[in-house]
Amino acid sequence: MAIEIRNVSKRFGEFVALDDVSITVGDGALTALLGPSGSGKSTLLRVIAGLEVPDSGEVVIGGENVTVTPARARGVGFVFQHYAPFKHMSVHDNVGFGLSVRKRPKEEIRERVAELLGLVRLEGLADRYPSQLSGGQLQRMALARALAVQPKVLLLDEPFGALDAQVRGELREWLRRLHEEIHVTTIFVTHDQEEAMEVAGQIVVMNTGKVEQAGTPRELYESPSNEFVMSFVGPVNRLGDAFVRPHDIQILSEDDGTGTEAIIERVVHLGFEVRVELKLHDGRELWAQVTREVAQELELREGQILSVRLPQPRVFTPQAA
Amino acid sequence: MSSSGGAVTLTPASSGRAPSTASARSARAGKLTARTIALGYLALLLLTPVAMIFYRTFEHGLAPVWDSITAPNAQSAFWLSIEVVAIAVPLNTVFGIGIALLLERGRFWGKGLLGLVIDLPFAISPVVVGLSLVLVYGKTGWFGDWLTEQGFQIIFSVPGIVLATAVVSLPFVARETIPVLRELGTDAEQAAETLGASGWQTFWRITLPGIRWGVVYGVVLTTARALGEFGAVSIVSGRIEGQTQTLPLYVQDRFENFDSTGAYTAAVVLALLALATLLAMNLLTRRTRRRTAV
Repeated sequence: MAIEIRNVSKRFGEFVALDDVSITVGDGALTALLGPSGSGKSTLLRVIAGLEVPDSGEVVIGGENVTVTPARARGVGFVFQHYAPFKHMSVHDNVGFGLSVRKRPKEEIRERVAELLGLVRLEGLADRYPSQLSGGQLQRMALARALAVQPKVLLLDEPFGALDAQVRGELREWLRRLHEEIHVTTIFVTHDQEEAMEVAGQIVVMNTGKVEQAGTPRELYESPSNEFVMSFVGPVNRLGDAFVRPHDIQILSEDDGTGTEAIIERVVHLGFEVRVELKLHDGRELWAQVTREVAQELELREGQILSVRLPQPRVFTPQAA
Repeated sequence: MSSSGGAVTLTPASSGRAPSTASARSARAGKLTARTIALGYLALLLLTPVAMIFYRTFEHGLAPVWDSITAPNAQSAFWLSIEVVAIAVPLNTVFGIGIALLLERGRFWGKGLLGLVIDLPFAISPVVVGLSLVLVYGKTGWFGDWLTEQGFQIIFSVPGIVLATAVVSLPFVARETIPVLRELGTDAEQAAETLGASGWQTFWRITLPGIRWGVVYGVVLTTARALGEFGAVSIVSGRIEGQTQTLPLYVQDRFENFDSTGAYTAAVVLALLALATLLAMNLLTRRTRRRTAV
């Protein structure tokens, strides 16, 4: 179901966690709330779940104003950052909890739990306890538990934050496919722009309690509306007031007079990508991203003096307050 | 100074990957010394006196012990103690959990003060507790007249004993539960809420199982304290033989009347009761713990 946040503000004492935030999430979309810590993204997620009540503004889920509806009556599934497992219950009882508090018959609960454990690929672990599961398994158990009650909306707080890189990669891919399969409106919080771009169809960039920009990953990357989005989404070089993407910097094979002279300070090989740290003739430093082939062709090495062509740098005029 | 000498001898053991045999031997010797001191202290203060009581009780065989146990006043004291524990411990358990939840989860003015008040029974001598109860509930106390009119007798009667016992054993459950509650955090409770659980369901199915070890330990301490309480009960009970004499009071009574077998026997019964509580809780927790593998 579609979610609409209208002019929501929330303070904790003096700290302004959310400052007049409005966003719209389409039915069945997979959306990322992206921002640095303290940007208000988790608070916004908790406001949608009903775990925090906003000081002002409205939360509308599926056309229904739920601003003061308690969490238990909102029909949202929430996956906590550290999974919040019920440690004294088996995996089966964890996943079946939502059905069990709704007093569903045991047989129905067993069937539904088995189905969900299949969906999250935890078959055969129903009798285990949370202490016997790995981080990735706990994560999937928490997801199955949230899905058991057939939520209208699925909310995930830093779902991959506590996992190691390998598992994180697998789970991202898996979450995206799961979403394609069950198509429940999903919002997840992350501070990792790469994760947001890889998984989400829509990204809401947040900073200091405000929404900086919302759009598809491509829109954000190609036409960021301000400095913050430009520097937070994707790699960037800052040259005074101007911004340049590292892959937009062209290293010329021969000086044709159109380039700027630069010296290579360092060449870092990252597999397919090669990162070239440069110092321009006027002392400004930046780095360029080139492919392995280009680096080989040009025989790039430290101390080499060559010519680079900078793209039209992007300059953001300060926003009118 | 001796400290610099100590640092020098410690260096190889703490930095070297394979400690020399000499330092390993000295470490082992150190551990042994620490263990001996700890055990010796325990033996001196606890084990020897308790063992002595057992020994003196059964010194003259079983017949006098049996006579002491079946004496009417002993029986009455035993059952009175059980009754008091059976009322005061559940009362303090419910109250203790409630207070712990209030202090750990609640947000209200005067929370710090409440936290201090909870600890008062630890700080005040039980005799003072007994005296203050007499002052409030006694015949000449604040509520004395009103209570007499209603036909209630608190002081020199069972309700007074329960009251005194409850007061002195009040902090245990709350104090043992609060840290466990903090450790548990609120995530699981909130998760339960988002899954549709009511506050009541969340408490019974998430919070209480999560804090059960703290509560169990608190109950054990409360029971032990309630069983053994002497000072406060001594004052409010009036020590009427066969009526308001609890087991600890009975022990003292027998002792003062030169009935050493009676005193020792009652003391052994008290010790066994406390031991049984510990054992029962231990078995209970071990079984559940194995099942949940927490």
